[in-house]
Order: sequence, then structure tokens, then C-alpha cells
Amino acid sequence: MPDTGYLIGAVVVSAAVTWGLRALPFALLARLRTSAVVTHLATVMPAGVMIILAAYCLRDLPRADRTGLLATLLGVTVTAGLHLWRRSALLSILGGTTTYILLANLLL
Amino acid sequence: MKEAFKTSLSVGLGLGPLGVAFGVLVVQAGLPWWWATVFTAVVYAGSFEFVLVGLVAAVAPLATVVTTALLVNVRHLFYALSFPLHRVRSRPGKVYSTFALTDEAYAMTTSDQAQQWPGRRIVGLQVFLHLYWVVGGTAGALLGSLIPDRVVGLDFALTALFVVLAVEAVHDVTTPVIALLAALTALLAFPQQMLLVAFVLFTLAMLTRRTVARA
Repeated sequence: MPDTGYLIGAVVVSAAVTWGLRALPFALLARLRTSAVVTHLATVMPAGVMIILAAYCLRDLPRADRTGLLATLLGVTVTAGLHLWRRSALLSILGGTTTYILLANLLL
Repeated sequence: MKEAFKTSLSVGLGLGPLGVAFGVLVVQAGLPWWWATVFTAVVYAGSFEFVLVGLVAAVAPLATVVTTALLVNVRHLFYALSFPLHRVRSRPGKVYSTFALTDEAYAMTTSDQAQQWPGRRIVGLQVFLHLYWVVGGTAGALLGSLIPDRVVGLDFALTALFVVLAVEAVHDVTTPVIALLAALTALLAFPQQMLLVAFVLFTLAMLTRRTVARA
């Protein structure tokens, strides 16, 4: 387990960066609003960031066994499919995760 | 306050259970349960907190934590463009309101029916959302120690969360393909620094695409 000092440090820097990103723009609002590059990045970053984060969660997939591979692929498919169909984040996450847990535990 | 509570309930239905999943993840990563309370109360950044648990469990350098926090939360920079902070009068209210400016708070307070909400209702809503997250996370961490280790796969909830957010954020074909290529390249070339390298590659690709399109 990581030691307490390290954990406190991680929490403090995380909170500082997050709050900074939320609060600072109100002070710099005028300049931000006129930057075309920033506005462009604002529109394309969310999609890319979320896909990269999803890929990061699946980074061990190439080394997974057949059960893990099947459970993961079906879990992702069910999640995305449910979301495209009903657009309810809770339903999609619950459905996808249940699918994954059932397959991963029952097929072992 | 009553109205703030009412509007908070629909989002709370999603935030509470997600908080529980987060709490479970914290104890599964080997941390004592109360770190779930600290994370949810002090960091309060939804999706980033899930990533943070993975980072601290692997004792990633603080520089990596800072960079990842910057990149995952950089979207918040743009919330200032439309969040109605001018309606929040008091200084402590303003400080808290910017601290608790999450995706959900932003989505709720910039919706059509929120155009006439006074500052009190906005801050009240944010307090309730924050509360759902902290209570959910703490409950999940306490329950998590009761879940047998044999049940694998609860952490898939995080993957599912990002898949959901990606489905909502994607509006064209090339952006997700470029993001996927950036992620794969980073995974193959720098597996230890995958997130950081992927974010940098993706940002550079987006800037290059824009420059080429304008040339």
C-alpha cells in the first residue's frame, strides 16, 4: 500500500489542479474566449480524452485469456449498445458491468 | 433549498451508485475505506478520481498525477464560458461554486429551465450533488470490504463509464479514430506512460489537423 504522505500529496495536487482549472478561467475569461485554438480544442478534446481513458482501462486486453477477452468485448458492446439505444448512463453502466461480471465469474 | 434538492434527485440517481462503485474500487485497490471519503470530498472530480485510484495504487510519480489531472480535467476550462457564476453573490459561495463545478453541475445549471435560478439554488444544487458523491463513495468503501475477493470485475464500471462518456462526446468519425491510434501508439511505445503520451499525441494531432485544414 502507498504510504500516507504520498497519498496526501496525491490528493492535494489533484484537488489543486482540478480547482485551478475550474476557477482560473473566470479570471481569464476574456482572453480565453478570443483564442480560436482554445475554442477548437474545447470542442474536440472531450471525445478524444474519453476514448483514450477507455483504451487505458482496456490496456491489458491483448494479454487476456479467452474468457477475459470475451467478457470484456461483450461488456463494452452491451454498454455502448444500451447507451446508443436508451441514452441512460446509469442503465448502460449497470448493464455493461453486470454482463462483464457474470461472464468473467461464470466462465472461469 | 427545497427546489435545489428536488432538481438534484435525478442526477443523484446516477451519482450515488457511481459513488458506491468508486468506493468499492478504493478498497479493492488496497486503501483503507476512509480514503474514499477524502477523495470524494476533497478532489471531487468524478471520472478523474477513478483514474487517480489506479495511479496511487501503482504509486505513480506526483508529476504523472498532476499531468493526468490537467489532461483529464482540462475540459473544465471551458465551463466558465457559460456557467452562471455571476448569479452567486457571496464570496464563499463563489469559491465553493467553482470548486464544485463538475460535469453534472455544469449540465444542470446551464440547461433551459435553469436560466432563472438564483445563486442560492445553484450553490444548493452543487452541495447536494457533492453530498451524494461523498456518501456514495463512503458507503461503497464500507460495503466493498464485505464483497468477497472471488467476485471479479467490479472495476469494469469505470471502463463502462468512459465508454458511455465517449459515446456522448463523439460527433464525427476521424476524431475517435485519431484518439484510438494515439492510445495504441502510446501503449506499444511507452506502456508505462500510456496516458500521458496518448494525450500529448492526440493534442498534437488535433492541432496539426486544424493547421492543415486552414492551410
